[in-house]
Amino acid sequence: MDNYLLSIALTIMLLPLAGSVVAGLLGKQIGRAATHCVTILLVGISFLLSCYVFKKIVLEGYPTVQGVVYQWVSSGTFKFDVGLLVDRLSATLIFIVTFVSLMVHIYTIGYMADDPGYQRFFSYVSLFTFAMLTLVLANNFLLLFFGWEGVGLVSYLLIGFWFNRESAVFGSLKAFLVNRVGDVAFVLAIAAIVMIFGQLDYHYVFTHVNLVLDKTIKIFPTVTPPAISVVCVLLFIGAMAKSAQVPLHVWLPESMEGPTPISALIHAATMVTAGIYMVARMSPLFEYSTATLSFILVIGSITCFFMGILAVFHHDIKRVIAYSTLSQLGYMTVALGASAYDAAIFHLVTHAFFKALLFLAAGSVIIALHHEQDMRKMGGLARVMPITYLTFVIGALALAAIPPFAGFYSKDAIIEAVHLSTIPGAKFAYACVLAGAFITPLYIFRALFLTFHGDMRLDAETKKHVHESRWVVLIPLIALAVPSIFAGGMLVGPMLFMKPRLLGDSIFVLPAHDVLSQLAVHFHGAKNMALEAGQSLPLWLAFMGIVVAWIFNLYKPSLAEKLKKQFALLYSIMVQKYGFDDFNQLVFVHGTRRLGTFFYKISDLILIDGIFVNGSGRLIQWFARVSRHLQSGYIYHYALVMIGGLLIFLGWLLLGS
Amino acid sequence: MVSLSEFLIVAALLFGIGIAGILINRKNIIVVLMSIELILLAVNTNFIAFSYFLNNLAGQVFVFFILTIAAAEAAIGLAIMVVLFRKRGTLEVQELDLLKG
Amino acid sequence: MTVLQIIFYLFSSLAVFSALMVVISSNPVRGALFLVLTFFCMAGLWMLLHAEFLALTLVLVYVGAVMTLFLFVVMMLSVTRLNLREGFVRYLPISVLIVLSVTGLAIMVVGPQRFGLIQMPLPPATPADFSNTASLGLLLYTHYAFPFEIAAIVLLTAIVAAITLTHRQYPKKHKSQRVSQQIAVSPKDRMRLVNMPSEPKINSTRKGQ
Repeated sequence: MDNYLLSIALTIMLLPLAGSVVAGLLGKQIGRAATHCVTILLVGISFLLSCYVFKKIVLEGYPTVQGVVYQWVSSGTFKFDVGLLVDRLSATLIFIVTFVSLMVHIYTIGYMADDPGYQRFFSYVSLFTFAMLTLVLANNFLLLFFGWEGVGLVSYLLIGFWFNRESAVFGSLKAFLVNRVGDVAFVLAIAAIVMIFGQLDYHYVFTHVNLVLDKTIKIFPTVTPPAISVVCVLLFIGAMAKSAQVPLHVWLPESMEGPTPISALIHAATMVTAGIYMVARMSPLFEYSTATLSFILVIGSITCFFMGILAVFHHDIKRVIAYSTLSQLGYMTVALGASAYDAAIFHLVTHAFFKALLFLAAGSVIIALHHEQDMRKMGGLARVMPITYLTFVIGALALAAIPPFAGFYSKDAIIEAVHLSTIPGAKFAYACVLAGAFITPLYIFRALFLTFHGDMRLDAETKKHVHESRWVVLIPLIALAVPSIFAGGMLVGPMLFMKPRLLGDSIFVLPAHDVLSQLAVHFHGAKNMALEAGQSLPLWLAFMGIVVAWIFNLYKPSLAEKLKKQFALLYSIMVQKYGFDDFNQLVFVHGTRRLGTFFYKISDLILIDGIFVNGSGRLIQWFARVSRHLQSGYIYHYALVMIGGLLIFLGWLLLGS
Repeated sequence: MVSLSEFLIVAALLFGIGIAGILINRKNIIVVLMSIELILLAVNTNFIAFSYFLNNLAGQVFVFFILTIAAAEAAIGLAIMVVLFRKRGTLEVQELDLLKG
Repeated sequence: MTVLQIIFYLFSSLAVFSALMVVISSNPVRGALFLVLTFFCMAGLWMLLHAEFLALTLVLVYVGAVMTLFLFVVMMLSVTRLNLREGFVRYLPISVLIVLSVTGLAIMVVGPQRFGLIQMPLPPATPADFSNTASLGLLLYTHYAFPFEIAAIVLLTAIVAAITLTHRQYPKKHKSQRVSQQIAVSPKDRMRLVNMPSEPKINSTRKGQ
């Protein structure tokens, strides 16, 4: 059984790679139709197999399967293997990844229909799926890092897919560079793990945590923090870059420069969730470092609240959704910090559905308007695009955490979990997530109202052509709308409150941190949870958000203008996105350049070129010029020197002894 | 009887004269070659003297080999000299400074 | 003073004198002849040291072959008349200083206080039928066979080198036959048979003009 499931997992992982290779290398030869047929077929098979694995492992409760497929490097006592781990967590994740990826593949047929890079795009998307699956299925840190880097690389390629657009190139570069910051921390974390444990295998590391709790790492002579905390903080910094937490979030809005399907894939199922997944996977490590959990909690809550606010001030529909992703990732991170790993993964799952849905619906609008993304030039589209509208509303309701949509269960669980958490920073986090519960409906319904309601602000030319999208676009929308409605209610019990939980032993929580078990006491089924929502604060905050959005955008838009003038300073700060970009530009970009110029002039030109390279040459020249006079060319001079040497030698022999 | 020391002193004198020949001579490379022969002769004498006084024939075997090598060296040296003379038309040591740096 | 001592001093003083003459004589031919004299004297000293074979070899090989070669080259190159004194004095002081110190040091080392008869007594006399040549040969062909062969190869190399160096490749000034081409030649290369119509009448053609 073990080998059998293992080879299925390997197949799941490699099929998208095969699709990518076919589309990338043979795409031009086999044509567009064949390209999307092959890649969709392979990802489809991968999805079906994932369903099977999900059923076996999660539903039927087969024990965790893990094994080595191939030995990569063996150096002394270190062995680096390509090994797979199929447990409840990874089975759930591959299910989500392949599902969203399949939807995105299908959707791409419609979205990229008239793009010259059609085959290339399919190749990238499949490669992206492969990298993410590798990341999820890895059973050791090195393979995890391989997938991690693969995701980063392909995201760079995809964000810069339209490489003749300057903004796309900058966006991809930004994503790549910001991710490198996290990767450095990640590599350091892996190095620290090798140093502390001597192995990179998850199983070994997780089962030996107890033995290394007393170890410390000497960073500076006087600073010796516990080794486990160093590892956890470094790992989390890696996760911060991938999952776009403040202050490493700046790349995510820029990633909107890529085609919309890829925004959906990056934001919903793959790249940004990698960080969340990784922290959840490492829960046996993080549990032993309360300081790191506090850090995670604070970072997550800052991201959750402050990035949510920014979404209110943007006009680009995709950027609004991007900032909403940041905010939702903040929720997941907060859940991780509160040790509610199951809740984080639960929110990840529901978020994957409704965020992919929102993106694809936004993409549908964008295609209909011929790649117009500014919401100020939309409006009143509900009549012409009913299905897109309906699915967008479902996505918005799910995001706004209105019961009984999917987002409600996961977000409510997170808020309650944070409420119960006792680790330092939990109070602050609770305030932030509550405020977030108000902000989230505000921005998403603002987008909804601006796009689909009110007057049509399209230009006359577009107005004539605007119509509902093709079926290849609508099918994924509908397919994603269904789980956006039901997934939450269906999964909340098994994932969070039943014993054993859906993720079972994949997640490890110390009894002192176990907030979900405390919550479970009050849980009486999904239906009751939805019905009791009326008594809780978050739901009323959410309704308030919707109402405020309605007032400012439909009922009385002039009020917004008035407020904008009143709080001009605040408004400009928001528009400048708190100045993160300017700060980065000023300090890192210009600073690095200035540093580079300094080193170029001082160390390169003067020190290396001047002193080392030319200097050594000149020294040799000078030495040769001086010493050539020793070479007179006359035999008797040489003989004289030789005899002088003989004389000294004789004298030494005679007088010395 | 003649002592070992006396033989060695004669050899040392020959050796010194050979060195002086190399150092003093500026005009003729043939004399340099002959000086080298003198030096070798001195060394050989040392070998033979020790061989006799230590009653060990190994010294004489060495002399035998040195004579062989010296003959070869003289042959090649003279050949080089002939070629040199053809090329440069002179054997003056002072003129032969192609290796001057 | 015993006979041996007389012989020793005679030969050694003559050797030192002729060696000096080798160095300072202005005529290379005379220098070479003085070198021959030195060799003779030293051969005599070697005889005193019971190295009969080597002494004879020195005379035969060195005087007979090597010195002849020297003389031959000296005479062939016709550098007999050279002013050897030129530059002699200028370098004399330092050279003499160095030579004197080297020789002085060497003599100090080998002086009678270290290698006198007391420290180094004479070896026991050899029996009357002792053959220096035979014992040397025995040693050479057994114990030193391998170095002996190497010495042979060195000599061969020297011969080859000397010939290669001095055998002048003349630029093509003279003409010579190429025998191989001469043999390989066939009649076709040298001779062409031409069929010509025999002229009928000389007179008639002239008339035609």
